[in-house]
Amino acid sequence: MSAKKYEERNEKSREGRRSHLLRKWMLIGVALTFLGLFIFLPLIVVFSEATSKGFELYLLALTEPDALSAIKLTLITAAIAVPLNTVFGVLAAWAIAKFEFKGKNILITLIDIPFAVSPVIAGLVFVLLFGSQGLLGPFLEANNIKVIFGIPGIVLATVFITFPFVVRELIPIMQEQGTDEEEAALTLGANGWQMFFRVTLPNIKWGLLYGMILCNARAMGEFGAVSVVSGHIRGLTNTLPLHVEILYNEYNFTAAFAVASLLALLALVTLVIKSFVEWRSEKLRSE
Amino acid sequence: MKKGWISLLVMIFLFGVVGCSSETAKQNEKANKTKEIELLNVSYDPTRELYEEFNKRFAADWEEKTGQKVNIKQSHGGSGKQSRSVIDGLEADVVTLALAYDIDAIAQAGKLSENWQQELEDNSSPYTSTIVFLVRKGNPKEIKDWDDLVNSGVEVITPNPKTSGGARWNYLAAWGYALKQNNGDEQKAQEFVTKLFKNVPVLDSGARGSTTTFVERGIGDVLIAWENEAFLAINELGKDKFEIVVPSISILAEPPVTVVDKVTDKRGTSEVAKAYLDYLYTDEGQEIAAKNYYRPRSQKVAEKYADQFPSIELMSIDDQFGGWKEAQKTHFDDGGVFDQIYKP
Repeated sequence: MSAKKYEERNEKSREGRRSHLLRKWMLIGVALTFLGLFIFLPLIVVFSEATSKGFELYLLALTEPDALSAIKLTLITAAIAVPLNTVFGVLAAWAIAKFEFKGKNILITLIDIPFAVSPVIAGLVFVLLFGSQGLLGPFLEANNIKVIFGIPGIVLATVFITFPFVVRELIPIMQEQGTDEEEAALTLGANGWQMFFRVTLPNIKWGLLYGMILCNARAMGEFGAVSVVSGHIRGLTNTLPLHVEILYNEYNFTAAFAVASLLALLALVTLVIKSFVEWRSEKLRSE
Repeated sequence: MKKGWISLLVMIFLFGVVGCSSETAKQNEKANKTKEIELLNVSYDPTRELYEEFNKRFAADWEEKTGQKVNIKQSHGGSGKQSRSVIDGLEADVVTLALAYDIDAIAQAGKLSENWQQELEDNSSPYTSTIVFLVRKGNPKEIKDWDDLVNSGVEVITPNPKTSGGARWNYLAAWGYALKQNNGDEQKAQEFVTKLFKNVPVLDSGARGSTTTFVERGIGDVLIAWENEAFLAINELGKDKFEIVVPSISILAEPPVTVVDKVTDKRGTSEVAKAYLDYLYTDEGQEIAAKNYYRPRSQKVAEKYADQFPSIELMSIDDQFGGWKEAQKTHFDDGGVFDQIYKP
């Protein structure tokens, strides 16, 4: 190879590298701008608006009785929806991943319905089912049971909406693991529960946790479906997202943003836990 | 039989999940005499500030008279939507909605007596209001009357007449104006209102939603609004940003109130619910209404606040449209005139 040719090629590759570098930084720039505009800026706005009239007012907005009751209701709703969907999720994922049966695909499709359907429709379904004019309305009324426009309705709607998170997370993990370890456990004389707690659960725990976190985030943040079944009674059937809307509509912007910042904070905490769980499960898998 | 099974299953499920308490009405009535009583007022959008103040005063008055604490809960939203919720089972002790038809609908569902509107004075409407325009400071599009709303290049903000009571008053006020201008020609009136709705870029579901669209999001040149809502927007958000334009003619809006018998009978709250509405007619109640920019019925209070309210020629729904049932049927029911006019 002559020296001249070598020079030429070197020159070319340097040029190539330069344009490669340019492209790289351009792409990174676009991504960062996008992230800044759509994620960070709104977050900053929420927090700065919330504290714009002083920290004291901020705290006041979060501790006034209606806000407290909204916080309480949101926590209650999540506390019911998450465990329920966790248990159901493990059962359903188990059935789908480890067994072959007829109608399996139909079951998977059914589980996906809450993702596919608009939350408002989900809420309306409950109104049509449990409302005074609905299918079960007269029966419920005769027995003095209140479902919609009360806490049960809000919980039901939330459970429905957050239904698929855990299952969806578990199915691929369980499928990947197969049934070998469990069969081994059974052959060695473990009973069903022992097998579940000593083999299955340890294998899926990080995925399960991840699904629960997502489920919880959505349960606390759900607006559409809950809005339809809530009846918007202040201090009684208002969850945090609904409370934000009410405050905003009352020109009480500082308080609205204060409550919104609480939700944003919740989301941030969720994200941190989520990244931790992801990191842990990633590490475990590589070991 | 099958339905029974489904019901049973659902019931078991519900008991398992939440553990509902089921008390009988009698127990309620007894318990109410001694402990704090709860009252739910399901209202329309712009009354938030009015009832916040009114509820405090009524609760104090009631406790003084009877020694019983009353805790009043509020629910607000578009009038039609709220009516729908009460029909679907929202347990309102009293409803204070934007127009009579929305309460008629509740009556038709059997939750209160058909002739509810005769039960209280003044068509069961303790306060009235009307429809005015809110424009941006300096009135850059020179909007003076209904005619100016149909000009090209003017963006008009009004809520959806299907869900909002205020929007139906807005619509009928425009219709009434057009009728008057064209010597009662319905065809011309429809053309006018069609043109007006061509200028509407967004229909919110309630009056408050429209106000925030206009005021906060800065959309539109003119907001057709309740008089009280327009005053409130100016006071809350700055006299230097908006001004009120009073049209040559508008409509007399009578937002009615009533007790939802079926709910109060069950919950044992009939007495306090009745007293709550009666209190709206007292001088104190009227004064609170006036302070929140609702036109009071009481002559005495009206005179005191005369400066606050511009005098407008007001037409009534009964004279112009033959009452709410008629107006609702012709204009707002499915397939009615509004459906022909507004095709998004």
